[in-house]
Amino acid sequence: MENKYRVLDKVTQQDDEEFMDIVEDKRCCSDFSFAFRTFSPPPYKGAPVCSTAELNRAVLESQYLRYEIKEVAVETGSSVEEVRDEVCRILREMSQNLQLRFIRLMAFTVRKVFKRIFSAIYVNMEGVNALQQAAQESPVILMPNHRSYVDFLVVSYILFSYDIPLPVIAAGIPLAGMKIVGEILRRSGAFFIRRAIRSDKLYWAVLSEYVRTIVRSGFAPLEFFVEGLRSRTLKSLPPKLGMMHMILEPFLKGEVYDVTLVPISISYDRVLEESLLAHELLGVPKPRESTTGLLKASKVLRENYGCMHVNFGRPLSVRQLCEGKLNRSQYNLIPRDLPQKPNAETEACGSWLAHMIVRIQEEGTLTSPWSLMACVLLQVPTAALTEEGLLFHELTEQTLWLRTLALDFGAHLSWPEKLSDSEVMSSTLALHRSVVYRKAGHVYLVRGDEPERKHPISPEEDMMRTAVAFLMMVSYRNQCLHVFVRPALLALAMSITKSTQRDELLTCFCFLQELFSNEFIFIPGRSSQDFDEACSLLKKCKAVHVSLWDVTVSDTGLAVLSFLQELLKPFIDSYQLMFRFLCEERDCVFTEKEFLLAVRTLAAKLISSGELHTYEALSSDVQKNVLSALRRLGAVTRIKTSENNEYKVNKSAVRRTGDMLAGRIPPQVVQAVPDARL
Amino acid sequence: MASNRNSSRHQTARHRISVIAGHLQRPADSNAAVLAVECKAQEIRPTVKTGDRSEGRTVPRRRQEIMKWNGWGYSDSRFLFNKKGQAEFTGRRYRLSGMIIPNLKDWFESTFGANLQHKTPATPILNSSAVQRPTLNEVFVEELKSTGIPFSHEAEDRVFRSHGHCLHEIFALREGKIGRLPDMVIWPNCHNDVVKIVELACKHNVCLIPYGGGTSVSSALECPPEETRSIVSLDTSQMNRILWIDEKNLTAHVESGIVGQDLERLLNESGYCTGHEPDSMEFSSLGGWVATRASGMKKNIYGNIEDLVVHIKMVTPRGVIEKSCQGPRMSTGPDIHHFILGSEGTLGVVTEVTMKIRPMPEYQKYGSVVFPSFEQGVACLREVARQRCAPASIRLMDNEQFKFGHALKPQVSSIFTSFLDGLKTFYITKFKGFDPNRLCVATLLFEGDRERVLQHEKQVYDIAAKFGGLAAGEDNGQRGYMLTFVIAYLRDLGMDYYVIGESFETSVPWDRVLDICRNVKARIIRECKDKGVQFPPLSTCRVTQTYDAGACVYFYFAFNYRGLSDPVHVYEQVERAAREEILANGGSLSHHHGVGKLRKEWMRETVSNVGVGMLKSVKDYVDPNNIFGNRNLL
Repeated sequence: MENKYRVLDKVTQQDDEEFMDIVEDKRCCSDFSFAFRTFSPPPYKGAPVCSTAELNRAVLESQYLRYEIKEVAVETGSSVEEVRDEVCRILREMSQNLQLRFIRLMAFTVRKVFKRIFSAIYVNMEGVNALQQAAQESPVILMPNHRSYVDFLVVSYILFSYDIPLPVIAAGIPLAGMKIVGEILRRSGAFFIRRAIRSDKLYWAVLSEYVRTIVRSGFAPLEFFVEGLRSRTLKSLPPKLGMMHMILEPFLKGEVYDVTLVPISISYDRVLEESLLAHELLGVPKPRESTTGLLKASKVLRENYGCMHVNFGRPLSVRQLCEGKLNRSQYNLIPRDLPQKPNAETEACGSWLAHMIVRIQEEGTLTSPWSLMACVLLQVPTAALTEEGLLFHELTEQTLWLRTLALDFGAHLSWPEKLSDSEVMSSTLALHRSVVYRKAGHVYLVRGDEPERKHPISPEEDMMRTAVAFLMMVSYRNQCLHVFVRPALLALAMSITKSTQRDELLTCFCFLQELFSNEFIFIPGRSSQDFDEACSLLKKCKAVHVSLWDVTVSDTGLAVLSFLQELLKPFIDSYQLMFRFLCEERDCVFTEKEFLLAVRTLAAKLISSGELHTYEALSSDVQKNVLSALRRLGAVTRIKTSENNEYKVNKSAVRRTGDMLAGRIPPQVVQAVPDARL
Repeated sequence: MASNRNSSRHQTARHRISVIAGHLQRPADSNAAVLAVECKAQEIRPTVKTGDRSEGRTVPRRRQEIMKWNGWGYSDSRFLFNKKGQAEFTGRRYRLSGMIIPNLKDWFESTFGANLQHKTPATPILNSSAVQRPTLNEVFVEELKSTGIPFSHEAEDRVFRSHGHCLHEIFALREGKIGRLPDMVIWPNCHNDVVKIVELACKHNVCLIPYGGGTSVSSALECPPEETRSIVSLDTSQMNRILWIDEKNLTAHVESGIVGQDLERLLNESGYCTGHEPDSMEFSSLGGWVATRASGMKKNIYGNIEDLVVHIKMVTPRGVIEKSCQGPRMSTGPDIHHFILGSEGTLGVVTEVTMKIRPMPEYQKYGSVVFPSFEQGVACLREVARQRCAPASIRLMDNEQFKFGHALKPQVSSIFTSFLDGLKTFYITKFKGFDPNRLCVATLLFEGDRERVLQHEKQVYDIAAKFGGLAAGEDNGQRGYMLTFVIAYLRDLGMDYYVIGESFETSVPWDRVLDICRNVKARIIRECKDKGVQFPPLSTCRVTQTYDAGACVYFYFAFNYRGLSDPVHVYEQVERAAREEILANGGSLSHHHGVGKLRKEWMRETVSNVGVGMLKSVKDYVDPNNIFGNRNLL
């Protein structure tokens, strides 16, 4: 049985794979004996074991860093020794210190915790076996999606269980700052990366040499999150490309025969950080990562978080993927140790690969019943949901309808097979009692903790209470948006253009993809394939008729189309709101902070007045995405990059974009400025 | 004093002949067939007497008298598995001749998954009826007859000159398949004969393909199938005299058809050598070396062909090109020798060459070093190159090739030697902890006066020791060099049992040597798997030359083709992929085999558009009617 993905042309649907519960599996033996199991992974061929000190020395003494040190010394006017000391400092701060004892300690505690909070952790054995094989053949890059802090531990934990060499893991620097925990992570193989380092030449040099050395030596798999951050919205994030290029380079320069990418999709029934994330999106700052904070958060460990699925994707050979896309002889005329900017071709290939990995992660995730329910619940007016509630059987009916649609669209569901549908519904509701509750045949939205305060709560506070639950639900809806987004964009294009002509629809489809490319992940340069896919999926569920020139609604298709349009409506509404704000605002120049604050105030005002129906406009994520979308379309420009980002608006361009989105003028696809990001 | 030195020189000469020519014995009765048509227009004969014409030449006009028509080398020398299933090497020419090679069968079977029961014998004799009738240009033939230059249009003669030794060429011959071939073979005797031939060819629009030793591995000798004119193979083998030796300047003026072994032997008789020893030196000719930019294994002392030539005479459709003097270096615009070197027979025929010669070395010593890993071996070679103390030859074989060399050990006569061998193995693997599946060996050849050789040897072994190398004896070294002479014979043995293979080479900067070796070997294995080869291939390499800025790397690749319908096509696809991999890893298109027609497709990316244009314009000027129409290179 081959595990295949649509995004790789040849690929179709992944067959139902066998998942095995690794927690259940191990219950028979004690945590202690598990932690002290003999661990003897077969090594990557020819790779000698490489100690931390050796790795760091290799990095420090590399030709590349020596060259960069000299350069930086000349530029900054300091001595080579000073710069070298700085490099040592950076390296000390960065470097991992993988030690088997700490892995054992980690395995012991993690297993205890996992057993308590998860009912099961399912892993696809076939993927694990393929990984085990691949790890012996070429350097392996593990690329999980990032939804929770738990992601950090779970992959290492699984690899430890199955005798696969333990990975070194790229982590954000804040984690290193945590007392004890930082050190434990370091010794479990984490290495730490500062944020926003593009401009820091020396840091960039150290990091890239560090990563390349790990890949070159192949002594351990490298794990990194291609999305760069934990996704606050549970949606996939546009990939960061810097790390991707660092990984490709040893292959492109011929220093390794091949590099194997293993996308990993981790899906949670319920995410530990759910309410924290919702608060963060509403502007409540994220608590600094600290050990005490972690201890305080230990109350989350008393709850049940359902199941977790870890789906190891088919190992992908970079060599095969890049064949015909790249000319490797471009490195023939310059010593490979010297820094060389990747050319346009390489940049594009890296970006394509990174986007594709994210898409494969998406396709590998399992959609939970709750995620489908969230889609249904969000189409009910919020006020109704808090006051009258939704009839339970209606929810069941619509969720089951949506289940069929999702299956038609090729989603993988984690729908428990042994239970009846109503049992599944009730147990799901029970698991998510932090968001919804069921009372007398109705389902209601939970409205935050009742503040134990004397004075009556203000309308703002009241709204925030709803908003938290709403945004949590939004997050779970986001988990399955990737299943629907392509057909939904087509449905949207049909309603915006009011046209049936294929080329007109395609133009609008491309415009929407461009506009929403921070919201949803599309592989660059594949718009027309995406469009075709959308057509064929809608055709498959009999919602449209597709001919060479036309796409028309079928008699039975309205339900599907209007559901899909409704699914994206919150985005349209939020975007239009912000466009309007930008056009009406007197100032043409503002900082990012000012923008977020003003938009939030406006949205809150409109929600309480009943003019705006979605709370999503309150989410800082959507707000930031609007800014980047407008920047990409050239309607907003950044004028100051330091400290506070300052922006300048081109009002007519914003208005035009809004008009295109509303279907008042025909959309044009603007040639987007390539996004320079880490 | 002088006579003393002379006699010692003669002694070393004899010693040397016994060492390098021991396995290159000249045939006992090769002269009978050679018909010397004395060149009427001979120039003033040199004062140095270089022996009678009818004596001492290896290559007769009728090559079929001593050489295989569908395999490598002499007819009497071949590997075979005898009735007991043991490998032996027939004949009496080589050190290995007449010996039993006990380990070869096991190595052969385990490496390739081959089986002695599954045979693929070659067509034994040439079926002349399968050969196309010659398209003759009657007027040309008539006029040629009047010059008295010998020629032939017998099938056998023509078939012999229709191919080099690429796998697909030999494979087709073994199956009795013969494609487009020269319509006639012609044997000029001297420079002036060539001038006449070229004039006639231009006059009558006949296509000329120069033929030297026939050892090409670049499809350079293949007749372009689209060629409609009469094709004449111009065989230089009878232009094989040393015309003079200049002892004051240490140069020799030699006709281009002489093959390597004859050149060395004849010079040795006068106490000199050129030191140019490509692996094919038994059969390849001086003219061929010039036309392909050949490289010899001892280039570290003597230089490659471009360093060795002082003067070249080439006959082109426009006339004769040569320099007016023999100055050791000139600043007279681009060196016209470099239009000739590597021209691969597309511009004309090289007829005479003045080459540097050296007094024969007093002392020669083989050696070998075992390294725990290939990586350390390469690091050692790099250091040797950095210190510029490379011996006459230094080569590093990888582990697979080390095992291969081991499998070629002839049966040892005494229990004592086998006991010693066992002890050595024990010392290296158990006592020193070398992994038998990782270790690799470097073979060395030192030359010079005795004292310097010993000093030099110590220097090299000291460097090797820094990289974990252990001296492993002269015997291993010598066997390593022997391997290069017999490997081509071994390919014929493989082809008797479903195994096909070939070698190809590249040159690459030092920092990429390890990467290119690993990646190309891995690519070969991967491609074989993808193309449906049922058994894992032999994919091995060695570093054969060191330079200041890089090295020459040789790859050997062979596989068992049972179960494949078109093995040659698979072979070619894999070789092509391997070449792509070489280029992607910063290797050159060729170090010394040349481009021919096999690697033409990469010329443009190798030398740039302008480069191709330059070469083209030279061709257009020199040979506007494409008389030298082998279509190599461009």
